[in-house]
Amino acid sequence: MKDLHQISLRVNGRHHELVVEARRTLADVLRHDLGYTGTHLGCEHGICGACTVILDGQPARACLVFGVQADGASVLTVEGLADGDQLSDLQQAFSDHHALQCGFCTPGFLMLIEAYLAEAGPEAPTAEQARELVASNLCRCTGYQGIVEAVLATARARRAAR
Amino acid sequence: MLLGRGRFTGDLVRPGLLHAAFVRSPHAHARVDAIDIGTALKADGVAAVVTAASLGHPYLLAMLEREEFRPTRMPILAGETVRFVGEPVAMVIADDAYRAEDAAELVEVDWAPLPAVTSVEQAESATAPRLHADADGNRLVDLLMFDDDRLAAIFAAAALTVGATFASARVAALPLEGRACLAEWDDRDDQLVVHVSTQVPHQVRSGIAQALGLPERQIRVIAPDVGGGFGLKCVVGREEVAVAAAALRLRRPVRWAEDRQENLTAAFHGHEQRYRVRAAFDDDGRILALDAVIDCDTGAYSVFPFTCAVEPLMAATELPGVYKVPAYRARGRAVATNKAPAAPYRGVSRPQTVLVMERLMEKAAAALDLDPLHIRRRNLIGPGEFPYTGINKITYDEGSYREALDLAEAQVHQKKWPAERDQLRDKGQLAGIGYSCFSERTAYGTPTMSQRRMGMTPGYDTALVRMDPTGEVIVTTGTCGHGQGHETTFAQIVADRLGVHPDQVRLRQGDTDLASYGWGTWGSRSVVIGGGAAGRAADLLAAQLRNVAAQLLEASPADVELAEGTARIRGDATAAIPIAELARVVHFQAHRLAEELRYGLEARATFDPPGTFSNACHAAMVAIDPGTCAIRLHRYLVVEDCGVVINPLVVDGQVRGGVTQGAAAALLERVCFDPDGQPVTTTLMDYLAPTAAEMCDIDIVHLQTPSRFSETGAKGMGEGGTIGAPAAVLSAINDALSEAGVSFDHIPVLPQDLSAALSQAGAAP
Repeated sequence: MKDLHQISLRVNGRHHELVVEARRTLADVLRHDLGYTGTHLGCEHGICGACTVILDGQPARACLVFGVQADGASVLTVEGLADGDQLSDLQQAFSDHHALQCGFCTPGFLMLIEAYLAEAGPEAPTAEQARELVASNLCRCTGYQGIVEAVLATARARRAAR
Repeated sequence: MLLGRGRFTGDLVRPGLLHAAFVRSPHAHARVDAIDIGTALKADGVAAVVTAASLGHPYLLAMLEREEFRPTRMPILAGETVRFVGEPVAMVIADDAYRAEDAAELVEVDWAPLPAVTSVEQAESATAPRLHADADGNRLVDLLMFDDDRLAAIFAAAALTVGATFASARVAALPLEGRACLAEWDDRDDQLVVHVSTQVPHQVRSGIAQALGLPERQIRVIAPDVGGGFGLKCVVGREEVAVAAAALRLRRPVRWAEDRQENLTAAFHGHEQRYRVRAAFDDDGRILALDAVIDCDTGAYSVFPFTCAVEPLMAATELPGVYKVPAYRARGRAVATNKAPAAPYRGVSRPQTVLVMERLMEKAAAALDLDPLHIRRRNLIGPGEFPYTGINKITYDEGSYREALDLAEAQVHQKKWPAERDQLRDKGQLAGIGYSCFSERTAYGTPTMSQRRMGMTPGYDTALVRMDPTGEVIVTTGTCGHGQGHETTFAQIVADRLGVHPDQVRLRQGDTDLASYGWGTWGSRSVVIGGGAAGRAADLLAAQLRNVAAQLLEASPADVELAEGTARIRGDATAAIPIAELARVVHFQAHRLAEELRYGLEARATFDPPGTFSNACHAAMVAIDPGTCAIRLHRYLVVEDCGVVINPLVVDGQVRGGVTQGAAAALLERVCFDPDGQPVTTTLMDYLAPTAAEMCDIDIVHLQTPSRFSETGAKGMGEGGTIGAPAAVLSAINDALSEAGVSFDHIPVLPQDLSAALSQAGAAP
């Protein structure tokens, strides 16, 4: 017997209404029900962070949230970062600093960092703080150095632009 | 990729898509007495439940043409016996992934548990159960690779003999994207189309064809975006074949995406090796002889297509490494245990061989009271000695072994590491600096690979380079990049030869219907072999373009230069024609050209080199908290030489990622089992992958010794970071512990190892 619930979600500014099973994760709702496949699943137990999205302003592991828990929430996924094909400053910094190789973990890092930078305010993080932030998620390709550099470069540029 | 528009296998959807879930063994070793699928078949949404019997007992068989080899049939689904926890016995296909998993729990299996073998030591004992009937001592391969009847005399007369046992733990490659596939039948093309997250599309095609008895043309394997491989995806998984078989039978698309628990338990492992070694040295620290018995814990089966010999053969062949060893004996064995099969993991045995040689040098230096870098210099293959053919019958092409060590040492001093180490020590930390010297044989083609005598000998690759009527270029290759930046590197190689901009060159890869038979991406082969083939094909195409330009400009082809999108005549500033115009004429105005110049601009070429050695010296500094015994990587330096650097950003990325994996193998990662063979590290809370917090910045300095065996002068370099880092980190740990009188010969070195050893040495907090 399916335990079905009707929920509404705002994803990247677009409104969605759908019916989901209670056990369905937000990650599966986003990926398979709504087609936002940029959100990736790397472990499904909240460690790797590849599925990180911004849920009502906070970075969240979409594999640890059920779709029904996100009812009424506003979600930002990696598809919502750029303006059309125009990369955001953070996405551009990832490219400039070779912060991705296979790209599977990249959406999770982008959302994690975007949420952090939005919340951190005018002070740019130190290298140590940036490294600690990046330590929230796993990447198996890059050794993290490029990701840390992308955080610092974006934070510096945003601060200068204030 | 940055926009979230990557297309990974798990992202693919099809109308009427079905989902697969596997029923897996909870026992390390058991007989399968009966499988009852009745209840599962009746569950909501279930389309089919298949077992070995219903599939006709297909299997994968990897062959080595050597008498000492015991082949193992790896069943696609186990029918009679399971040999590790996680081995699949049935597959449920349902209309939803959740419901497939629900129904998998309803499959009832009668297991008759058997005693399990969980270590090489246990496997060798006379009373150990045999995993495979014809494998004495559970040895699937046992090769005496080199022997020397002078050894006894050399050891008897040597000033110093160093003997030790070295070990490395089993690890998981852990690509962030687990294995995944989507198979569908295409009536129109009479083809089974299988999308797989793989490094080796053609070998997946061959594996499926052999297991299911299909001609290869009836299978098309496509690798979409691949979320990391590191060797895990350079072998063929039985789940991929099972899903293909289901799609073939049901004539409906079926998708499977491995979850992390499956990946950590039932995918492939690697890297679990034991070296029992003795080395003879003279008074001056010159190595005189090396004698090694190498045991690789290969798990339950040989992997397809490489076989279980991939680790022992590599280890026994490459152990002497960068050092001049005059006498050598090596025995390499692959031992079957009740664990998931071992696949080649990034570096394949060389992380261990380098660790062994570096430890031997350090032990001899300590015994002879020599500087540990000095003893390395005394034994390194030096400038002027290349090409050097070693006792292991390998010819090392030109490298910079001595220069890399000298430069690393100079950099360490220039960056004031010793002073920093002393400051850390003054603050009560245990701190140390370590080094590793190594080379990495890369890009081996069939001339080298054939010596392994595999049933399927890999090595060559073929590229097709085509120019379209607008002057844009399409390159197809059998290599299959997945984050190594091949799109950029191949474009640079081809654009350079055709005189066009790299943005005008697109690489197409990962599709067996597009590319000629090729061997995928592993073994640091792609840029040298695939890129070399692309370069050769581009040369042929450039010659065609020159001929066309020569006719149109009424000049000699030898005088035509292709550069900046234009064909020019040397010494005549007025005679020029855009390359795009040449392409237009060839395609749309063929009648204007001599017959041999008409009809298309394309060229195909193959490259099959013997291989080429890149080299490096790594330096590491660690700091150990004596209270918690936590080991922190504090500084890291790589001096590397991969010949001509085609793209520095890509090379540095490969080095840093590789070092991170190698350092983690020394400090964190190990797959653990309980004595019954139950895996203990089944989540990422138990299996510790490195985060940014465990790593430090990695400084990189490049030397460039071009290779004669490479079209571009470049050498492969995809694995060097992983190869050199364990030895350098272990060397640094042992330096930090030297005053406490403690040292380690195994990896990883965990805080609990340190705490126990320091307590025993009376140096504990």
